[in-house]
Amino acid sequence: MAKLNMVEALNLALAEEMARDPQIILLGEDVGQLGGVFRVSDGLQAQFGPKRVIDTPLAEAAIVGTSLGLAVGGFKPVAELQFMGFLYPALDQIISHISRYRNRTRGRYSVPLVIRMPYGGGIHAPEHHSESTEALLAHIPGIKVAIPATPYDAKGLLISALRDPDPVIFLEPKRIYRAIREEVPAGEFTVPLGQAQIVRPGDQVTAVAWGSMVRETLRAAEAVAEEGVSVEVIDLRTISPMDDATVVASIQKTGRGVVVHEACRTAGLGAEIIARVNEKAFLSLAAPIERVTGFDTIFPLLKLEEHYLPDAFRISRAIRKVVNF
Amino acid sequence: MLWAEYDPLANRRLAILSPEGQMDEGWRPSELDDEALLHLYDRMVALRQADLLALNLQRAGRMGTYAPTLGQEAANIGSAALLQAEDWLVPSFRETGAMLLKGVSLKLIYLYWMGCEWGSHFPEEVRVLPICAPVSTQTLHGVGLSWAAQLKGENWVTLIYLGDGGTSKGDFHEAMNFAGTFQTPTVFFIQNNQFAISVPRTRQTASATLAQKAIAYGFPGIQVDGNDLMAVYLATREAVARARAGQGPCLIEAQTYRMGPHTTADDPTRYRSEAELKTQERFDPLLRVRLYLENRGLVNPETEATREAQHLKWAQEQAREAEAAISYNPDEIFDYHFAELPPYLAEQKAYCQRFLAAKGESAHGQA
Repeated sequence: MAKLNMVEALNLALAEEMARDPQIILLGEDVGQLGGVFRVSDGLQAQFGPKRVIDTPLAEAAIVGTSLGLAVGGFKPVAELQFMGFLYPALDQIISHISRYRNRTRGRYSVPLVIRMPYGGGIHAPEHHSESTEALLAHIPGIKVAIPATPYDAKGLLISALRDPDPVIFLEPKRIYRAIREEVPAGEFTVPLGQAQIVRPGDQVTAVAWGSMVRETLRAAEAVAEEGVSVEVIDLRTISPMDDATVVASIQKTGRGVVVHEACRTAGLGAEIIARVNEKAFLSLAAPIERVTGFDTIFPLLKLEEHYLPDAFRISRAIRKVVNF
Repeated sequence: MLWAEYDPLANRRLAILSPEGQMDEGWRPSELDDEALLHLYDRMVALRQADLLALNLQRAGRMGTYAPTLGQEAANIGSAALLQAEDWLVPSFRETGAMLLKGVSLKLIYLYWMGCEWGSHFPEEVRVLPICAPVSTQTLHGVGLSWAAQLKGENWVTLIYLGDGGTSKGDFHEAMNFAGTFQTPTVFFIQNNQFAISVPRTRQTASATLAQKAIAYGFPGIQVDGNDLMAVYLATREAVARARAGQGPCLIEAQTYRMGPHTTADDPTRYRSEAELKTQERFDPLLRVRLYLENRGLVNPETEATREAQHLKWAQEQAREAEAAISYNPDEIFDYHFAELPPYLAEQKAYCQRFLAAKGESAHGQA
């Protein structure tokens, strides 16, 4: 079994699924000859030809809007947006059409497509290249939103997304694109959409994270373990639909929780997770759930970004706080 | 080649059938014999009756907000007439006639405006996208559909409708740019009805014509008298033929005039005069075809009284069928978001059911 990083795992998923399903086509800026700015589609145009891996004009609304037409016309488009910071022109198409088409036509049309994009901070990127606005997407009915945190899950989740009959937004934490290498099997396996995973079992505190924050949270769990605090770390893996059952079951066991996200605090998904725990496991709580998040500020340019992003230090402080409540 | 001769930059506009019902017979293509022309005219009359009835239904509280097509019958019928069953029609929201001609029943169109999603559930073989309210967003879907034909080696052409206001939106320009870049089999059809609700065409762009916008994207555009069935028909005929032959996209600007309000929620007396409307009545697209056909002895006041009555009766029947088909099942709020109902929506659906049952049991449905 090969040890792959997330970029390689995503590339493998695309290559295998494109070979299996001739309806899959890739489109976006620089996805062809260049192989994408992060090389996720490296070699795919050479393998599948320019009719299946298509460099488009630079226009996000059009990449996503034409993908709807391509999907209705029989394709399974995989639209790549270069960075989440450039998603917003395409949000109208996602909110007004892609998410609504099946419902508003009572099932006459569906839009089976995948919209991929790198997201999140931590790579010293220029302005507009580091935000995490996944809460905007989780608020939209009619779509699914997946976020892998490991190479294995990246491949398995992307295969699930490609085989899903409905639109899936696929957010890739670019900070860990190449940071983690693990064994990723060749051939098909899937990680189901909508299922969280306990990535570190524990019994005193539940810590919920996704994307690159899973790694930071694991580091924090490691640090507090030395002090004898046992943290159960949950990787949400899909933020919509959200597997709150796994979170609630864990909280019922631990009675304490911390939610970690790099997105802004206010109206972030941390608030949603806490609300659901309150609805379903209020009496299990021994302490208020702590949020460790980005600040309610504009994401700073690269010289200050390390102070913005939650890290193991901040997370471990929050863990100690809920333990000592 | 109409495109070469009717260059919008040279201020040329295609107009064939005069408001008095006169035209040079040399323009009549062979397939448009008297019977075929009479059929198109008949569809225009049907559309007008359907439209007038919709206004009445709205006033009577039997329909929600409706966007009438009044005055745009030639632009609707003359364009959609060129599509084959395999072709796709991508409407905006003032294409009742075009949708009817492509096989959507009036019952479904009424059902949509009456407020029921089933009105956009077209039969499988009818290649029409649903009515689209967010202006110009549909142009990208149409380009995607025609691009799909090209990539699959299929023969279908896509006819995309938008209004003059729609040409100000970014999506329109991105759609034009993609269509030009990939040379997709796309026909952009602008119903320039002179108004985006109240804002006149002159406030949308400094371009002398909307047709000339195509030139910047590397494909032809043509301006036609949009109240002239023949001009609309011939321009669309050539555009569809070009697209089908793999020669890429075209843009047609049909200069028409919205004789009704933007929608039933609009009050056009606030932005246009009675005198202007009176002047426009002379250019009624229906009237000139009728005069032409009368001159040829194909219709007369008696046939037309009968025709109008028949079509009104049809529209009334379709309205009754639509009303009978309205679905009041609140489960449907949840059931069509995904191929399978996910657990969190199943939970919310069950909550809604419990809540509605409790409401039904309470004395007056009150808290």
